[in-house]
Amino acid sequence: MSTELHHSTPALETGSATALLRFATAGSVDDGKSTLVGRLLHDSKSILTDQLEAVTTASQNRGQDTPDLALLTDGLRAEREQGITIDVAYRYFATARRRFILADTPGHVQYTRNMVTGASTAELAVVLVDARNGVVQQTRRHAAVAALLRVPHVVLAVNKMDLVDYAEPVFAAIAEEFNAYAASLGVPDVTAIPISALAGDNVVEPSAHMDWYGGPTLLEHLETVPVGSDPSDEPARFPVQYVIRPQSAEHLDYRGYAGQLASGVLRAGDPVTVLPSGLTTTVAGIDVLGKQTDIAWAPQSVTVRLTDDIDVSRGDLIAAGPAPEPTQDVLATVSHLHERPLRVGDRVLLKHTTRTVRAIVKQLPYRIDIDSLDRVPDPEALQVNDIGQVVLRTAEPLALDRYAVNRQTGSFLLIDQADGTTLTAGMVGEAF
Amino acid sequence: MTTAADILTSESYGNPYALSHLDALEAEAVHIFREVAGEFERPVILFSGGKDSIVMLHLALKAFWPAQVPFALLHVDTGHNFPEVLEYRDRTVAEHGLRLHVAKVQDFIDDGRLRERPDGLRNPLQTVPLLDGIETGRFDAVFGGGRRDEEKARAKERVFSLRDEFGAWDPRRQRPELWSLYNGRHSPGEHVRVFPLSNWTELDVWQYIERENIELPAIYYAHEREVFQRNGMWLTAGGWGGPKAGETVERRLVRYRTVGDMSCTGAVDSDATTVADVVTEVAASRLTERGATRADDKVSEAAMEDRKREGYF
Repeated sequence: MSTELHHSTPALETGSATALLRFATAGSVDDGKSTLVGRLLHDSKSILTDQLEAVTTASQNRGQDTPDLALLTDGLRAEREQGITIDVAYRYFATARRRFILADTPGHVQYTRNMVTGASTAELAVVLVDARNGVVQQTRRHAAVAALLRVPHVVLAVNKMDLVDYAEPVFAAIAEEFNAYAASLGVPDVTAIPISALAGDNVVEPSAHMDWYGGPTLLEHLETVPVGSDPSDEPARFPVQYVIRPQSAEHLDYRGYAGQLASGVLRAGDPVTVLPSGLTTTVAGIDVLGKQTDIAWAPQSVTVRLTDDIDVSRGDLIAAGPAPEPTQDVLATVSHLHERPLRVGDRVLLKHTTRTVRAIVKQLPYRIDIDSLDRVPDPEALQVNDIGQVVLRTAEPLALDRYAVNRQTGSFLLIDQADGTTLTAGMVGEAF
Repeated sequence: MTTAADILTSESYGNPYALSHLDALEAEAVHIFREVAGEFERPVILFSGGKDSIVMLHLALKAFWPAQVPFALLHVDTGHNFPEVLEYRDRTVAEHGLRLHVAKVQDFIDDGRLRERPDGLRNPLQTVPLLDGIETGRFDAVFGGGRRDEEKARAKERVFSLRDEFGAWDPRRQRPELWSLYNGRHSPGEHVRVFPLSNWTELDVWQYIERENIELPAIYYAHEREVFQRNGMWLTAGGWGGPKAGETVERRLVRYRTVGDMSCTGAVDSDATTVADVVTEVAASRLTERGATRADDKVSEAAMEDRKREGYF
């Protein structure tokens, strides 16, 4: 890794349309993930002098003669001592075009839950493979998690091209195999990029060794991939977080419902349904953090005022367009996150948007073997890092969308009633 | 590599629904404030009069407009605060009709619950008054201005961070956080630290201050000040313990990148007198905010992690 610093100018024009891209990386240390992340941070001026000094010093103390970039990204003492990454770490960098939030997730088999966590907020996932090994079991697992979490864009980064003489056929074969697998999982968008994180080929700078590749570098792709969906294509979903009632002389009759639009566009005059009650009314007006407006869209945080004085409170969903039918029977694909197993008969809390209800685990129809995608019927329990299907019965009705169509209103958590532990991440509907 | 000239991307055109990164970060932070208001009994905002806590308060004011912010403020006063900052704090509290609780390190030293350190640093002494203030106020959610970009141990911090009755942070007990579903459940005696600025960087904070026209204490901008050098930082001369023999006071043009305690917060040479100047300076800086200015984080490779475990942020 060179220590020569590359200068770029972050976007300085306040209010310029610098969008924010959240993405996740999956891959093991052996695939060169730390080097890749280090290269991205380093070449985009996100590793600053004092951080590099700290890493250099720490590396020397360990008897290493070059700065070990893993030290830059592995934060906790336990991890540094064991040389592993045990949790999701978030990293931040910017170029003139975009701001990036990177969820850096460990790639070991036992850390599926961390990948699921990192992928849950990601709009893009970078799956890293070693060009010498090609698509291996772990690659398929990473692709499956990205597909399961409905990450809209996947990048296959074929790393260590320098160790296979930058040979196009090697890259082409890996890309073809991966594309076929991703397509079978229903991944909508895959971009394969041949890179060498160590030598810097196609990470930030175009490679001088791979004339046969005509596509963007990894960073260029991250800077130009579309961010967000088009909210005008989606039905509006607005989970109510909090009721704003100032009761001051100036705003005597003000009653607004505060929340963040989960999807879609809301306009003054739109007919809406309040769920689960099913009452219908109209949007009277919208306040965006202190300013009146007549239109708002996801993911803005706003306050919605309604024309009728109906009973609306935290946990309700204001919906426009085709509204979901509230139900107490939930069929979902889950990723179990905790050492305490999940069994039929367990009584838990279910948190969906802003609503938390009691629930009972009614059935565990099958577990999914994440390596083969085979369904293993009737598991005795779901263990930590397991992925499977669950049938739940809730104490109160929920307005659920399928996760495949809405990642916000189709996701939920299962929480331990006794100590509040987050047990399980749930996605409404079938897995793939 | 791109330059500022390349800013006009396709996103400036064609998509009327594109949100800028500041709008996206603001929407997320407001969502976090409202979640806490909806799920907790007695939340409190840690307010030091530093820029991050000022931005937090600004976001809270926007989140609940036109109603009052439904939270009190808590300030842990080390006794070594900059007068400009205390003045700002009191004026802000009065202006918005907020309730301020102050936990003073000095009170704890006076009654023997804390002992002054030989090096005179009081930042490490903040933990005890902070936890005492949380317990006395029976606060169940405590907003802090911590950002994940500040330091390695914070890169893995959650937005909702569970603390036991000792305020301790156990990295193994932190709950996975998925989507924007935050789990605030806790047992009596436990509380949750909440970090609405988790995903912001120093530059984001300054760009937001510029965009929203937020007033800050004057020491964030370049001014002439009597300073002396210690541990490679420019410290303000004062009754808290400086300068010592061999340390020379000189008058320099400086500003503060972070504002904490006088004894551990260093000023940097700067001629940035406006928020636009500061944004430019921060964008071009080759040093992290804390690396340039905080003596207390430099102690060891795992310093921050240790202090988080004992209940500090």
